[in-house]
Amino acid sequence: MLFTSYSFLLFVITVFISYYLTPKKYQWILLLCASYLFYGLVSIDYLGYIIVTTVSTYFISLKIHKINENKKSYLIDHKDFSRKERKNYKKKIKKQTKSYLTFGILLNFGLLGATKYTNFIIGNINSIITTLGTNGTLSFIDIAMPMGISFYTFKTMSYLLDIYREKHDAEENLFKLALFVSFFPQLVQGPISRYNDLSKSLFEGHKYNYATVRHGIQRIVWGFFKKVVIADRILVAVKAMIVTPDDYKGFYVLLVMLFYTYQLYADFTGGIDITIGIGETLGIKMAENFKRPYLSRSIKEFWRRWHITMGTWFKDYVFYPVSVSPWMLNISKKSRKKFGKAIGKRVPVYISTLIVWFATGLWHGAHWNFIVWGLMNGIVIIISFEFEPSYKWFHSKFDVKNKLSFKVFQIIRTILLMSAIRLFDVYQNVPLTFKMFGTIFTEFNFNIFYDGSLLQLGLTIGDYLILLIGLIVLYSISIYQETGSFRVYLNSRPQQVRYAVYSLVIVFIIVFGAYGVGFDSTQFIYNQF
Amino acid sequence: MKLLLEILEDIHPDVDFETTTGLIDDGIIDSFDIIRIVADIDEEYDVAIPPEEIVPENFNSAKSLYELIERLLDN
Repeated sequence: MLFTSYSFLLFVITVFISYYLTPKKYQWILLLCASYLFYGLVSIDYLGYIIVTTVSTYFISLKIHKINENKKSYLIDHKDFSRKERKNYKKKIKKQTKSYLTFGILLNFGLLGATKYTNFIIGNINSIITTLGTNGTLSFIDIAMPMGISFYTFKTMSYLLDIYREKHDAEENLFKLALFVSFFPQLVQGPISRYNDLSKSLFEGHKYNYATVRHGIQRIVWGFFKKVVIADRILVAVKAMIVTPDDYKGFYVLLVMLFYTYQLYADFTGGIDITIGIGETLGIKMAENFKRPYLSRSIKEFWRRWHITMGTWFKDYVFYPVSVSPWMLNISKKSRKKFGKAIGKRVPVYISTLIVWFATGLWHGAHWNFIVWGLMNGIVIIISFEFEPSYKWFHSKFDVKNKLSFKVFQIIRTILLMSAIRLFDVYQNVPLTFKMFGTIFTEFNFNIFYDGSLLQLGLTIGDYLILLIGLIVLYSISIYQETGSFRVYLNSRPQQVRYAVYSLVIVFIIVFGAYGVGFDSTQFIYNQF
Repeated sequence: MKLLLEILEDIHPDVDFETTTGLIDDGIIDSFDIIRIVADIDEEYDVAIPPEEIVPENFNSAKSLYELIERLLDN
């Protein structure tokens, strides 16, 4: 069931009507039924996986929480303990909770790993076997990835880790936890909400509120606009240029870079707009996943604005734990002694950065392209860190930091850099990606921009014009959003103005949405992760 | 506290850590800085800051960071 399909629209409308007809106290039960129905309709064969994750996390989190609660009362009852005794007791308890946590993590990441990475590992082993010239290879196994497993596993494991870290209490109702894990709008592409942020508004029930529902619908429509008018239209040209890459070298690769960047942006943020919008129509507030990333002035800033819930997940549960772990601090100490303070300080930061970006790449898919993509991000971040003193020197000599032209230069530089790295998403393998990128500097086929070649990519002049208008609208709203909410502004305008804007956008979606011959209503890109 | 201020000023000489209270919230220090601060504190105070303590409330000011070190030393 595609997010942009009529059946999904019908499903959402049915849930919406039933939700507000249900007493507030029971609304969460309705959402749970709807979420499981949605999962069953799309992927009934894999329902078992999400149930195992939910049930195992439920029991393990309760156990950890209980041990921690007992610890607290034990320490209150033993106030006479010396510092050492307290320390030892806490250590013992931590060991206990850690063993439960480890079991939960191994089980659930094991499920994710087995379904997502087994064939990738087999493929790599086979390559090694072939390279060594040994006879016989391993056969691939027939296993498919359960829908949304990357997203719901991350969501659930953050819940378990937060219980372990005593950030909040464990959910005592198995079915409420099941709703948190399976909440249908965010099942297939996030955002990866934290229990603390989502649970209250998810479980408390809501009375129909015209303003909130209107807000939600506006956001859904905006999401549809991005997806069907922009993303699905650009997709046609991107596909045309990457199927037979040898025919599309040089400046075509530059086009692929930029086209794919905006396709992915419109696709992913459009999907998240629809997700968050559905939540808003039900009175449920979800974490934001994007803050106008293509207005970022550096890669570091870009990653604070793009796929935020994934970035903070990796930061909180991988980057910090790795970089402040005893073995990393040990490495830091040793390297400080051996190479001096300056290098010693960099070691933990750089190793952790590369580990976290390797993991981020791997999360995106079982393919070397994604791993290299992740590592490239890490390397660029490290390089820009090394350049920081030069930037500081430059800014102390030239007063351009706040000049609009310099800001625009930085934004364009970030877009180009991110788009170049994104090429690993589109071409079939890593060597091909490097080769294609290289052709930008060797094949100067500038003529493609004026000799009609661009009209051979499946898009007409009209399509390009619509894309241009779409991107202008997108950027204008993004720039407005830097200082305020466009929806709040729109809702403060007279009714005639509002309705005129609604009509215009809806007509635009219906008339100029990429449907029909040559265009497929497509699944969201992030669904496959 | 003096030692902590030295650690912080070594990373960002241009920031007045005695008075600034929004180090994380205002984006003055980032995750790279945090790791360097944690490693320095481990080195100078012999205190290991666990990952769950890396939250804005503990890193927003030199004062809150110092309180964290004292709490961890006490535990």
